[in-house]
Amino acid sequence: MRVRLLYFASLADRAGCPEESVDTQAADPAALYDAVRLRHNFSLGREHLRVAVNGQIVEWDHALNDGDEIVFLPPVSGG
Amino acid sequence: MSESVIDPVVEKDRLGDAGAGACVIFEGWVRNHNEGRSVHSLDYQAYAPLALSEGETILDEAIDRFKLRAASAVHRAGSLAIGDMAVWVGVSADHRDAAYNASRWIIDEIKRRVPIWKNEHYADGESGWLHPDNSPVEPNA
Repeated sequence: MRVRLLYFASLADRAGCPEESVDTQAADPAALYDAVRLRHNFSLGREHLRVAVNGQIVEWDHALNDGDEIVFLPPVSGG
Repeated sequence: MSESVIDPVVEKDRLGDAGAGACVIFEGWVRNHNEGRSVHSLDYQAYAPLALSEGETILDEAIDRFKLRAASAVHRAGSLAIGDMAVWVGVSADHRDAAYNASRWIIDEIKRRVPIWKNEHYADGESGWLHPDNSPVEPNA
């Protein structure tokens, strides 16, 4: 399946792009992050992140579907 | 979320209610220092769809929890200079205790939950993304 990844803050800097489409067999965001982390050399472990799929915060074992928009959310710093 | 300057006069108009006896406004400003470093300017990035829905959820929770008459909040995105207003939070309630408590609770929840990221540009030319406690994400970057 093909999914769209959006990157923000330190993850966008490391990835060198704000978004990308990827073909993946990952069943859930946890497996997807492990693969993406290796490829982009992200320093942040999954324990520091939250994940959103199609604009909603989800658990790391949420089932992924073709066409999903996935965002790994680094620790936030608004305000 | 707003890409342009926040107008506090316009925002305050959202809080009016004949039953309200107290109004508390919080403004967060861009300061010229953080963690001992001199700050030149900063950028905010946001995942806008989720930032808006999380913001609405926080305001709804605050209205329910503190029995507010009204609550509203705006956060800037993009590049800001020292002294610019980065965030505006306003609440109205029947009495001041609820208004003060809700104001503090809302800004704390925004900082904890809403997907907005601050990138500080320092006077020495470096820059860096911050954690919620204002410590750097990558101290050795």
